[in-house]
Amino acid sequence: MRVGLFIPCYVDQFYPDAAKATLQLLEKLGVDVIYPPKQTCCGQPMANSGFEHLAGGCNELFIKNFAEFDYVVAPSGSCVLHIREHLHDDKNPEVAAQLSSKVYELTSFLTDVLKVTYLPAKFPHKVGFHQSCHGQRGLHLSQMSELVAPGFSKPGSLLNMVEGIEIVPLNRIDECCGFGGTFCVVEEAVSAKMGKDRVEDHLEHAAEFITGVDMSCLMHMEGILNRKGSKVKVLHIAEILNGE
Amino acid sequence: MNIDVKDHAALSDVFNEDEDRVNWHDETLWWIRQKRDKAVNQLPEWESLRETASQIKNNVLSYLSNYLQQFEANATKNGIKIHWAADAKEHNEIVLGLLQSKQVKQMVKSKSMLTEECHLNEFLAENGIDVIDSDLGERIVQLAKEPPSHIVLPCIHKKKEEIGELFHQHLGTPAGNADPQFLTETARQHLRETFLTRKAALTGVNFAVAATGEFVVCTNEGNADMGAHLADIHIASMGIEKIIPERKHLGVFLRLLTRSATGQPITTYSSHFNKPRPGQEMHIIIVDNGRTIQLGREDFRNSLKCIRCGACMNTCPVYRRSGGHSYHNAISGPIGSILAPNLDMEKYADLPFASTLCGSCSNVCPVKIDIHQQLYKWRQVIVKNGYATTAKKASMRLMSFTLSTPSVYHVGGKAGRWVLKHAPFAVNNKFNPWYKHRDMPEPPKESFGEWYAKNKNGR
Ligand code: SF4
Repeated sequence: MRVGLFIPCYVDQFYPDAAKATLQLLEKLGVDVIYPPKQTCCGQPMANSGFEHLAGGCNELFIKNFAEFDYVVAPSGSCVLHIREHLHDDKNPEVAAQLSSKVYELTSFLTDVLKVTYLPAKFPHKVGFHQSCHGQRGLHLSQMSELVAPGFSKPGSLLNMVEGIEIVPLNRIDECCGFGGTFCVVEEAVSAKMGKDRVEDHLEHAAEFITGVDMSCLMHMEGILNRKGSKVKVLHIAEILNGE
Repeated sequence: MNIDVKDHAALSDVFNEDEDRVNWHDETLWWIRQKRDKAVNQLPEWESLRETASQIKNNVLSYLSNYLQQFEANATKNGIKIHWAADAKEHNEIVLGLLQSKQVKQMVKSKSMLTEECHLNEFLAENGIDVIDSDLGERIVQLAKEPPSHIVLPCIHKKKEEIGELFHQHLGTPAGNADPQFLTETARQHLRETFLTRKAALTGVNFAVAATGEFVVCTNEGNADMGAHLADIHIASMGIEKIIPERKHLGVFLRLLTRSATGQPITTYSSHFNKPRPGQEMHIIIVDNGRTIQLGREDFRNSLKCIRCGACMNTCPVYRRSGGHSYHNAISGPIGSILAPNLDMEKYADLPFASTLCGSCSNVCPVKIDIHQQLYKWRQVIVKNGYATTAKKASMRLMSFTLSTPSVYHVGGKAGRWVLKHAPFAVNNKFNPWYKHRDMPEPPKESFGEWYAKNKNGR
């Protein structure tokens, strides 16, 4: 099985440790992972701002980089959702469709494809888990509080394999953090307030770390934590699952 | 985007100046969302009810004209007079004409978001007709001379102390009294007097049954009945999408409506009107006002399935923290944001962007409207139609170029990180909206790509 590693632009630039942890975790689990160097971005920043028509270059590049892999894995629910829903190529619609169905968010790849039941990880800390909306509601990584249906959580089941970890409860289990891509600057006031409230829920329950499947939400919350002078850190879920 | 029209971001900026108030607003609505959760979880069949409702509405939208004609024929047989209004103006003129024909100068009105959409109250006031809203929440915002901020809870943005003050000014209650029970009783007395003296009543329509020509109005206060039963003329205003095929379908919608709205099992009063009582006139105005245009927009047509429960507002994290008035439209929140651009794309170009696309709205919607997907689609339509600022267009083009060209992206990323590290003041300033309430990320010394090239090259 050859897996292409897709590291979204902002993770590449600002959070290389999350990317390294993703790579190492997959390698540890015996996966043959390759990182095509000429990759950039999934195109979501344009598309969610109403400029989907300008995302063609990103689509083309993505297809060029990843079309021949058996699977593509990325440490970001949001980017994966964008590819799943919007990757297209007018000249080659089948290639795009086939590729987009092979793109997986990291934790769903671990649970659904690799069917991981054991991880040699240790993380003896109190952790708040942030359900990122795009991963959760878009990719259905875990059950949503609005629906009447049995609960489950792919990232949650993986975190439960980590030795010593204590997941703190939250008052609002799946409220949005307010990042929302360009929403965070276009609607600065509401976005920042949502972030503050989200972080407060974790702090109230004495989390030492906040984790999640989307570095973008974590970046947003980190900005708020740092502004408050809080000692609480954010960590991508890959960094915890890869922890020893 | 026309910059002298205040947009959602600017209005919510103002709303957020008072953080305690935002917290209170957020918590009040979240409390209702939790009541909704509790109520729906008592029905194991909840999701299949939603699916059934959604399919009934799909059927209605596919055969809308048939059902409307069937409804007209049956209602007419029942002795109800049907009027058709193409837009808000026609609707308002029909109401005025009916009132004038009866020499009525005063009207009592129960809750109808359609009349808000048509700005009926202002129009009637200009024409010398006095309207009293009989829904308590609506009466409160009417006294405050404000539009409703929520479709089910029109004065949810007002604290009880503010309502006490309003009642003190307008209804003569003692200053400083904000006891909800006392205020409610005062309103009851005041409205009772209104009901007894008005000769005309207007109500909304929650459901109109094509097969029987009757309509159902849902209220928690019984105010629709009070008004309609005592008046000589009862006018009901309905949007064309309020039709359901048969009476049996009511069971589905009535179970969904209030559970979604407030967490109640059913509305306190679900009043069926099927014919005028002897000596009374009953009129129904069936209004289009842009709905057929929306019906023709394939991506947006199923927004017409909305039964106006307000659940999408209560769950929306943006609505809860920006208040209904920031949507500057009669219908606020997520559903308002997909209905409004249909009416005026330029004026409401900001609304589809007033969302993080978290998707919670689509999940609570009892008729399964894909609200957040439509918000995404509206964004594309709005930009294509040219309602994006020049600055935004330019930055998007630059971004698209950078991200489509790996070499430019690598150089740009490196430069960006360098700036953050060595000259943070270049980005950490008041012109950077991110920085106002959040710190910028700490730039690492190398990107993942650079690390990979050094450490994993040649693998
Ligand atoms: S869109 Fe759905 S959730 Fe929102 S008011 Fe309408 S029916 Fe209710």
